[in-house]
Amino acid sequence: MTLDSNVPGGPLAEKWDRHRFESKLVNPANRRRYTIIVVGTGLAGASAASSLGELGYNVLSFCIQDSPRRAHSIAAQGGINAAKNYQNDGDSIHRLFYDTVKGGDYRSREANVYRLAQLSVNIIDQCVAQGVPFAREYGGMLDNRSFGGAQVSRTFYARGQTGQQLLLGAYQSLMRQVEKGTVRSLPNREMLDLVLVNGQARGVIIRNLITGELERYAADAVLLCTGGYGTAYYLSTNAVGSNVTASWRAHKRGAYFANPCFTQIHPTCIPVSGSAQSKLTLMSESLRNDGRVWVPKNPGERRPPQQIPEEDRDYYLERRYPSFGNLVPRDVASRNAKAVCDEGRGVGESGLAVYLDFADAIKRLGLEVIRGRYGNLFDMYTKITDEDPYRLPMRIYPAIHYTMGGLWVDYNLMSTIPGLHVLGEANFSDHGANRLGASALMQGLADGYFVIPYTLAHYLAGSTLPAVSVDHEAFREAEAGVQGQIDRLLAVKGSRTPRQLHRELGQVLWDNVGMARSEASLRTALARIPQLREEFWQNVSVPGPKNNLNKNLEYAGRVADYLEFAEVLTLDALHRTESCGGHFRDESQTPDGEAQRDDENFSYVAAWEFQGVGKAPALHKEPLTFEYVKPTQRSYK
Amino acid sequence: MRIFLKVWRQASPDAQGRFVDYTAEDVSPDMSFLEMLDVVNERLIMQGEDPIAFDSDCREGICGTCGFMVSGIAHGPDPGTTVCQLHMRRFKDGMRLTLEPWRARAFQVLKDLVVDRSAFDRIIQAGGYTSVNVGGAPDGNAVLVGKTASDKAMDSAACIGCGACVAACKNASAALFTSAKISQMALLPQGQVERFQRVVKMVDRHDEEGFGSCSNEGECEAVCPKEIPITNIARMNREYFRALLFSRD
Ligand SMILES: Cc1cc2nc3c(=O)[nH]c(=O)nc-3n(C[C@H](O)[C@H](O)[C@H](O)COP(=O)(O)OP(=O)(O)OC[C@H]3O[C@@H](n4cnc5c(N)ncnc54)[C@H](O)[C@@H]3O)c2cc1C
Ligand code: FES
Repeated sequence: MTLDSNVPGGPLAEKWDRHRFESKLVNPANRRRYTIIVVGTGLAGASAASSLGELGYNVLSFCIQDSPRRAHSIAAQGGINAAKNYQNDGDSIHRLFYDTVKGGDYRSREANVYRLAQLSVNIIDQCVAQGVPFAREYGGMLDNRSFGGAQVSRTFYARGQTGQQLLLGAYQSLMRQVEKGTVRSLPNREMLDLVLVNGQARGVIIRNLITGELERYAADAVLLCTGGYGTAYYLSTNAVGSNVTASWRAHKRGAYFANPCFTQIHPTCIPVSGSAQSKLTLMSESLRNDGRVWVPKNPGERRPPQQIPEEDRDYYLERRYPSFGNLVPRDVASRNAKAVCDEGRGVGESGLAVYLDFADAIKRLGLEVIRGRYGNLFDMYTKITDEDPYRLPMRIYPAIHYTMGGLWVDYNLMSTIPGLHVLGEANFSDHGANRLGASALMQGLADGYFVIPYTLAHYLAGSTLPAVSVDHEAFREAEAGVQGQIDRLLAVKGSRTPRQLHRELGQVLWDNVGMARSEASLRTALARIPQLREEFWQNVSVPGPKNNLNKNLEYAGRVADYLEFAEVLTLDALHRTESCGGHFRDESQTPDGEAQRDDENFSYVAAWEFQGVGKAPALHKEPLTFEYVKPTQRSYK
Repeated sequence: MRIFLKVWRQASPDAQGRFVDYTAEDVSPDMSFLEMLDVVNERLIMQGEDPIAFDSDCREGICGTCGFMVSGIAHGPDPGTTVCQLHMRRFKDGMRLTLEPWRARAFQVLKDLVVDRSAFDRIIQAGGYTSVNVGGAPDGNAVLVGKTASDKAMDSAACIGCGACVAACKNASAALFTSAKISQMALLPQGQVERFQRVVKMVDRHDEEGFGSCSNEGECEAVCPKEIPITNIARMNREYFRALLFSRD
């Protein structure tokens, strides 16, 4: 199968307009005849389901939480980008486009990114109209901040709870449609398989997480908005229920998985404190605006930080990157933290942490200013670590945070399975090899509010969709497969918990497919993963009933999928012998140890086709061409 | 540390529930409360027993999924803290703690510590929004919003919908939850158009769902992990009476 991105012709700035005009439409009176399944209620899913409901489609909305409002998007803190140029500081659609393509290290599709930048301005308008309480200036205008080292202030925010407020806005719109009867909200439900009829996505198999029953739903199209796969690494900043299951099962049905090795590691998280730890907490990136990152000069230093004199400290980011200093991009900051810890200069009990020090900023600006800027973050830090960052430097360490890879989609957000569309973090489309801060919320809402209403109509109007009922053979077959897997999980009756095995898998991935990857480490992981999978199916313990609420059973199913998915992730990392964005190959460095991209050989999207568990997937390439932003090597020196 | 737990176990909504004793061994002070329960559950799973069902997702105090009573207090003893953010250093070796689900007529127990909070969704469904479709929104700066109004709206909007307010209230009222959304919208210009219909519909739905009425005890405010003040309830009451007086449509 050749991968056709279906990017429309014409000049970049006119593509989306032109495409909207050339797309087919569904007559308003006919829309209610179409049933659309939307899996997931994060920013992408909630915005898609509510918009489609408003247009008059018959929408079924699923999520695994007990309410759509609790999707993982709720946890986003920092903000959402938009090229409004309200600050008159030189921003524009083209600049946001340019920054995103460059930040993504030239591994994203120009046309998609341009559309995203165009739509960013409409998102803010929509959210304001919904009553999202964005931060304001005294004159009543919307406030902005600069985020993640951006040179313009284009980030809109609602205190440290931007994701929460945007999600509640979308959720409330969704609830309005539920009241109107266009959307049916089905929480506490997990999609466990995709149903194909005549090669088209026509339904899903769902497990009701309260009753344990399997349910079948038929539709004319399916939208996956199920988030990223960062939790494959066990410890991450993601919600503990985030998972790869929906994407993975769709992949097994024929949806290609694109660039799984592009994972983002966030440099400022609270370090791991013990083996019972279940997640890592992000400390906002904004801390690096005032905090200075350092480690002791000498390995094995034992003195507490306040007793280490200046001359024995190494402010390694300021030293190596004089022009960007502590504000280098996420991937660079993370990799450098790992490097100094590998040299034995890490701090804290585990030696896996670096200091983020506010002493100078407090001296310069005063305690009150620092409290005003970061008070809530400092409190959160104190709550978790029992240390006072006003007196002692924070200890931070990188953690898995976001996944740029995901199911392959074309310009219409449709996967390689006709009718299966993928939105939000679950797709691979807009962030290339590295995502910029405050751009995930933007993408999720752009996909759901503004892209899918057009591209889905185009699909529906242009396809033959014979009536399908849930009694169709394909539903029976898919349900039997899901039931079979559940029965197998319950039947093992071993002695190891899903969590133990997940934690082991996470450690293998973190050590070998983490911040720096080499052929040797990747081969180690490829040897370990099948062994872990074997161990899982021989020795996992899943007690309790299947036809009842059983969280451990849900979890076991997700771990089973990570154990299959991890292999593709690693294979992708192995095949991409260049360093780019969040993917750093030890073999591909410049003489001074920076990432070395290889445009000649790797300027493409790697889309993997499933061939069977444990079998090497087939690689398909979508070449990337850059007409408007000329690829250059990133430099932050 | 070692902690002795008395946990409510109930297999299904209509099964008989009872307290069961567990001992959490090797508890480190750095663990969160839920991580301590994870460890208890790990042991149960290895022994082939059904682990204690409890809900959680973000584990950083923002999604509102977690929540149960810790020795009679919703989300446990730390003010302004969800149970996922509660840390074991707060407790002493050898302590005895009782864990129970939220108890309220409108929140049915589903299993152990997990309850059905879908009534909250239905309250929002009744009117917790502005009725604007995607598409025609004016520019974000077309309507100015004073910083004070927007900050206050944000204070109310910070509600995470966990249900602690209901569990703590002797009337099992959801007045704090309902009033937080009504206040947010009433404070913002965008919420004005439907101001009166909204409050009436939401309050009526609140009552229909089986939540009790507010008698100003203030227990809700005391346990709210986001410290949402009961002044929201006073505002809701004012809004409701004004709506009855002035609403003509
Ligand atoms: C701590 C943190 C802070 C962040 N801060 C920012 C920020 O400041 N700015 C920014 O732009 N980005 C930020 N991000 C990234 C951003 O939050 C996410 O990328 C984004 O919210 C993802 O949205 P989504 O709609 O794609 O998926 P999610 O919000 O992850 O939603 C996934 C949905 O799918 C459902 N689901 C999953 N699997 C299944 C299944 N099998 N069956 C049924 N339903 C399923 C879930 O129930 C959920 O409703 C942050 C991320 C984290 C972890
Ligand atoms: S798990 Fe999200 S608030 Fe506790």
